[in-house]
Amino acid sequence: MGVVKFSTVTIGVGLLVLAFAHWLKLDYFYFAGYTILQFIVLATAWNILGGYCGYVNFGSAAFFALGAYSSVFMYKFYPLPVPVLVVIGAVVSGIVGFGMGYLTLRLRGAFFAIATLALAVVLQTLVVNWDYVGGSRGAYIVSPDTVDIAGFQINYIEYLFGLMLALALIALATARTIERSQLGFGFGSIRDDEIAAEASGVPTLRLKLIATTLSGAFMGMAGAPFPYYIGYLQPSSAFGLEYTVNSIAMPMIGGTTGWVGPLVGSILLGSLQQIATVTISSAVNLLIVGLLLVAFVIIAPNGLVGLAQEYLRPRRQR
Amino acid sequence: MTPLLHVDNISKRFYGFVALDGIDLEVHPGERLGLIGPNGSGKSTLVNCICGTLQNEDGTVYFDGKSLDGLAAHQRTRRGLARSFQLPRPFHSMTLADNLRIPLLYTVHARMGPLRSVGDLDAHCLELLDMFGLAKKAKQLPRHLTQVEMRKLELARAMAAEPKLLIADESMAGLSHSEIDDILALLMRLNERGISIILIEHIMSAVMKFSQRLAVLVSGKKVADGKPEDVVRDPEVVRAYLGQ
Repeated sequence: MGVVKFSTVTIGVGLLVLAFAHWLKLDYFYFAGYTILQFIVLATAWNILGGYCGYVNFGSAAFFALGAYSSVFMYKFYPLPVPVLVVIGAVVSGIVGFGMGYLTLRLRGAFFAIATLALAVVLQTLVVNWDYVGGSRGAYIVSPDTVDIAGFQINYIEYLFGLMLALALIALATARTIERSQLGFGFGSIRDDEIAAEASGVPTLRLKLIATTLSGAFMGMAGAPFPYYIGYLQPSSAFGLEYTVNSIAMPMIGGTTGWVGPLVGSILLGSLQQIATVTISSAVNLLIVGLLLVAFVIIAPNGLVGLAQEYLRPRRQR
Repeated sequence: MTPLLHVDNISKRFYGFVALDGIDLEVHPGERLGLIGPNGSGKSTLVNCICGTLQNEDGTVYFDGKSLDGLAAHQRTRRGLARSFQLPRPFHSMTLADNLRIPLLYTVHARMGPLRSVGDLDAHCLELLDMFGLAKKAKQLPRHLTQVEMRKLELARAMAAEPKLLIADESMAGLSHSEIDDILALLMRLNERGISIILIEHIMSAVMKFSQRLAVLVSGKKVADGKPEDVVRDPEVVRAYLGQ
């Protein structure tokens, strides 16, 4: 499928989802849908570094929280419309992603993962001790009831939902573009064998920096509207374990080799968690993720997409 | 004639261990050089220093008249220095064609600008695979290859970067006689195209057949460099291999 065709389909799907949500007239659908869309962005972002390049990032929550807290900062300093905050969140998290990449990408495997985990701890400590953005007490964000777009009064949650939907589509389109470009081949060679990649002329350090920056920026984008969605932001929720765990588990369960995997994983796990929250308790969410992750690592290490591909491939090539 | 590769007095230490101790080596355009030495004599370290996988502490490597000091491995590859690895390191999640696509995209394109369309690129990958007898398996993954095919893939990937100098690091170890002849014939064909080749090998019959010149490393020092038949009679070389 060409870029134009794919964009048309993507935008078409986006409009359909919006129309469906509007027709449903159910606020809960927006609340639940927002969370799932947010996870699509996070999982896709994680997968750019983790799936394509093979570098496991345990600091997703930190990048998400950076986006969220840059919005809190702007809210106190000079309130701006949420789409602008998304750009700011992307820039802040992208810069931190670049910095983290520069400092840690000489580390490989488990050492890189530990370094990203440390980054999350350091950033959380900084935010907890920063009074201006609320410190450990947290910060209240008062969002308006409606937004005026081209003369239409739109419910705020509907507005945030639409925004997150657009971000998810942008993230997916970016991931798909990377996959089919020279960059995607370069990322793949890094994942498979970094020394052989260098010997084949791939500038591995530069490519890894592109990956950490892009991945960080998308995570920041996902986090930027969050304070407006939740209304009250505290460090323990912004840096929550669920973001780190989900953004790893969703691509792993969906499949890490392509853009479809994180999408499938996010919709599946995200919906399951929403159902569990309503029917049982939100406390079981991480348990569900954990069990599913263990099951998939054993049964389908290449995720659902890998499972489907294996099934569809002619027998002799297996 | 100015040499294509000039290794000027390079040394490499790993903490207290001196792996390379003041090595000088020259390779001329179109030349076939054999490099031998007992296990642990520093052959692979020398290759790693030439190719930029390791950085040498002293001395300089010149390629095509220019110093390679401080250049990363991928920059050296782009200048025309390609290598194969002793233990094959294919990109295991990619098909054979895609394995070759990496150096084509990142070396040939980087050197000359994006000249090739996607179709040309595919055709070129196939052409290269065909030359190495792997065209039938273009869409398969490296794990489906036999040992000798794996070595061929390793050489094909190095060749995809369109190098001036190819360093083949033990590309015949563990192969049968006919497979060795197969690889030797391939290397000869590449050499006929004007590519200089350094062959690192333990199999003496192959080295003697292939090399125009032979250099010997022992304990990080070069002890001999000259015509193959003279070098193998050199008392120091005999001592290194057979003991006194």
